[in-house]
Amino acid sequence: MRIIPAIFALALGAIPAAAQQRPDPAAADPAIKAAFPTAPADWAPRLTGDDTMQQCSVSRNSPSKEVAEAIQKRELASIAYPPDNNFMGDWKKGEALAQSGYGLRFTDYPARQANGGNCYACHQLTKKEVSYGTLGPSLSEYGKLRDFKPEAVKAAYEKIYNSHAAFPCSTMPRFGANKVLTVEQIKDAVALLMSPESPVNTGQ
Amino acid sequence: MRLLILLVAMAAFALAPRAVAQDAETEKAIEKYRAMLREDPWSNPGFLDVDRGEALWTTAAGPKKATMEQCDLGKGPGKVDGAFAELPRYFADADRVMDVETRLLWCMEKLQGISAADYVKRPHPGGGQPVKDLGAMATYVAAKSAGQKFAAPLGHAKERETVALGETLFYRRSGPFDFACATCHANSGLRIRLQGLPYLAEKKEASKVIGEWPAYRVSTTHVMTMQHRMFDCYWQMRMPELQLGSDASVALIAFLTKQADGGEIAAPGLKR
Repeated sequence: MRIIPAIFALALGAIPAAAQQRPDPAAADPAIKAAFPTAPADWAPRLTGDDTMQQCSVSRNSPSKEVAEAIQKRELASIAYPPDNNFMGDWKKGEALAQSGYGLRFTDYPARQANGGNCYACHQLTKKEVSYGTLGPSLSEYGKLRDFKPEAVKAAYEKIYNSHAAFPCSTMPRFGANKVLTVEQIKDAVALLMSPESPVNTGQ
Repeated sequence: MRLLILLVAMAAFALAPRAVAQDAETEKAIEKYRAMLREDPWSNPGFLDVDRGEALWTTAAGPKKATMEQCDLGKGPGKVDGAFAELPRYFADADRVMDVETRLLWCMEKLQGISAADYVKRPHPGGGQPVKDLGAMATYVAAKSAGQKFAAPLGHAKERETVALGETLFYRRSGPFDFACATCHANSGLRIRLQGLPYLAEKKEASKVIGEWPAYRVSTTHVMTMQHRMFDCYWQMRMPELQLGSDASVALIAFLTKQADGGEIAAPGLKR
């Protein structure tokens, strides 16, 4: 359980400690606005990033303790929970969305299918899928290592919905908070991680 | 003949379904291909565009029916040898810092009368299409600095400001996935799926890979330029279309080139 924060801290430590006087990221706003002249009006929020992203950008993902706590509080408040408090969906659908990198590129409109979570881009999950990335920690046997505990199921849901609620300035997308995935899709991804029948836990 | 066989083989890779095992097989096959290239560097199809770019440089074009031979890439009008090694740089006539593509486009407008505003609407080739004329000339210019080391000037305040802006942008997180360049390129030895990711925040790895652009890309069967590479990264980051020649695009290229300072230019390179 402690290994994930440890890896995260390690990753942060690898970022060179640059000079304290970093330019204000907001100073780049005009250049960004001018660089994307074809952006539709409703894409404006994509260009600037919200308060959390601005804090993570300026600190290069190493926020001070105070900022980290503020981020955690803010992002935790963004999480919408399933009304029935059932956090697990269908692991098979979860595996499908873990494979899919579709969605939200400017060539993905109008949408031709549901957005994917693209989990395999960064994480190892099932044994069978050998084409996995290493930007994130391995999630192999994720549920088994947590004894399939109900609180771990809820924690997995929260991490996928908004990773910053657990790890401020995590590099993982906020799949729920940024509306990349629906609540139902996140439940499917949770099942892939936490269901005892999921190949992530059966070693297949 | 050998080139033809290689091209057919590469087209087969590009058309192959992107299944798991095949990804690994493809990587192996490309590594084999790279080994063959080391034996005979001239078999890189990117050299076809180097030649095309050289021909375009001396061919009258545009409303003014002029060639590019009076284009000043920083070392004086018409001086191509070694010019790429000192780009991006500040140009007094345009009063801004420019990378090779931005400068070539500026020359196309000034010398040939081609509308830059029109050109940037579709400046990059689709999959399977050859690199556009601007990109072919950029490939030619870059190849004329092959073997030299990156030494972009920082004497002008605007050059330093541009590199600083590029560094800010490298770490700037935005878009629905909260990505920055640094999300994928601020650590060593990591990969997306099976694709290795260069550690561009570190000079050692940056100086190894930045000099390989423009590069022939096996997966899309054309030369991809550095501006196109930036455009493609922002596409993956779920950002809008990055405009060729925009200050942000030049700044990122200036920052990456500074990261690669002293690294050897090996354009055109060969990429997956």
